[in-house]
Amino acid sequence: MRTKTILVATALAASIIGCATAPSGEETTAKATAMLRSSFKASGQAGLDRLDQDETQRACSALAGKAPAKDVAEKIEKLNMATIKYPADGKLLGDWKNGEKLAQEGRGKQFSDDPAGPVGANCYACHQLAPQELSYGTIGPSLYQFAKLRGYGADVQRYAYGKIYNPDAYAACSNMPRFGHQGILTEQQIKDVTALLMDPASPVNN
Amino acid sequence: MISLPLRLRTTVLRTLRRTLILAGACAVAAPAVLGQGSAVDEIAKYRAALQDGNPAELWEVRGEDIWKQQRGPKQASLQQCDLGLGPGVVKGAYARLPKYFADADRVMDLETRILWCMTTLQGISAADSRKQLYGNGNERKSDMEAMVAYVTSESRGVAMNVGLSNAKEADMYRLGEKMFYFRGGPHDFGCVTCHGDDGKRIRLQDLPNLTTKEGAQKAYTTWPAYRVSQGELRSFQWRLYDCFRQQRFPELVYGSDASIALTMFLARNANGAAFDAPAIKR
Repeated sequence: MRTKTILVATALAASIIGCATAPSGEETTAKATAMLRSSFKASGQAGLDRLDQDETQRACSALAGKAPAKDVAEKIEKLNMATIKYPADGKLLGDWKNGEKLAQEGRGKQFSDDPAGPVGANCYACHQLAPQELSYGTIGPSLYQFAKLRGYGADVQRYAYGKIYNPDAYAACSNMPRFGHQGILTEQQIKDVTALLMDPASPVNN
Repeated sequence: MISLPLRLRTTVLRTLRRTLILAGACAVAAPAVLGQGSAVDEIAKYRAALQDGNPAELWEVRGEDIWKQQRGPKQASLQQCDLGLGPGVVKGAYARLPKYFADADRVMDLETRILWCMTTLQGISAADSRKQLYGNGNERKSDMEAMVAYVTSESRGVAMNVGLSNAKEADMYRLGEKMFYFRGGPHDFGCVTCHGDDGKRIRLQDLPNLTTKEGAQKAYTTWPAYRVSQGELRSFQWRLYDCFRQQRFPELVYGSDASIALTMFLARNANGAAFDAPAIKR
């Protein structure tokens, strides 16, 4: 009741101050949603359903680039943690060599990509990994010596797998795609990329 | 009269050839032999070398020619097109776009306005005006990209001055800001994912931070640009279209409100900086 009164009062104040020239945030959001619908067309494998945001995307967009408040972050992380599915066979590490190929592959899911073609993890776009690859991006942190620095144990393996599966479970509104949750990579591919980070023989740890 | 474009063409092609040879050398030498810092230095040198002669001039010359030709069912040129400063005024017009146009009752960017003028002044159908919005890198060049090169070149050195005094302009700006932060699609990407921080790269490609005034100014004032990798001059509509493709979004409709809103957001944030395009980029 009290909240409602405050909301009404705020809306009233906004309309007095100048609602005609400055619509509320909600109004702009509603308009933006309608605008999106009319501004894109389905193409190749990219349908208009890609404009439908889930709860995480909606909450992260609303932050307008700012870090989420503690309670918001906790809620988003809890929501995403619940999505992580670990392999039934209990094995988290696949083939690091295939992981390296996936880390290099930037294609996949674009409307211009062959839907039957490869879908990569594209790790090097944003991260340093194997030291041999000099063409790496910096949107994400360097992952060089990932396990060498953190340990090769079961807990770190589980963290690495989970982080690739759904990074928002650990860092709300991460810039990193939720590779498992969004079905970008298969379980085997996530195992392979996890191995790239975790295998003692991987160039990442050498 | 005819010798100028020809002479220009020879100079430009010579420069381009030199540039491509240099680019090839870079691609071989940089990653294999040199360390990270040196690779970045080499790319900086390559970019500096590119500035010496810009093939965009070919598009500018062709665009001016197309602009002044009598075309379409009405056999009219676009010289009476009102780009916002009155019919026939091209100089400085781009630095004030997007803006609200009462005749169309819509906020328009340059490309949308050119399409409008083609329809209203020349009588060209909406479908025909959109037949070749992008060149394909070979013989199929785009008249639109040429006209964009011409019109934008007439604002070189002019300070960006995009207004929001009209309510629809202010509305577009706010919508553009929303669009900038909108995250979606299978990868959860939004503009902000790559353009929300200073000093970031994708692979070795530097990314402007479009949330800062300096970042928006530097980026916006250097589009359109001749893209060496594509052999085409690309407009700002193309820039947005291709960003959304990489964001794994559906296809951005040319001249759509979302495209104009984002352009408005970035152009307005670039206010005060001298416009410096068509530029040349890798």
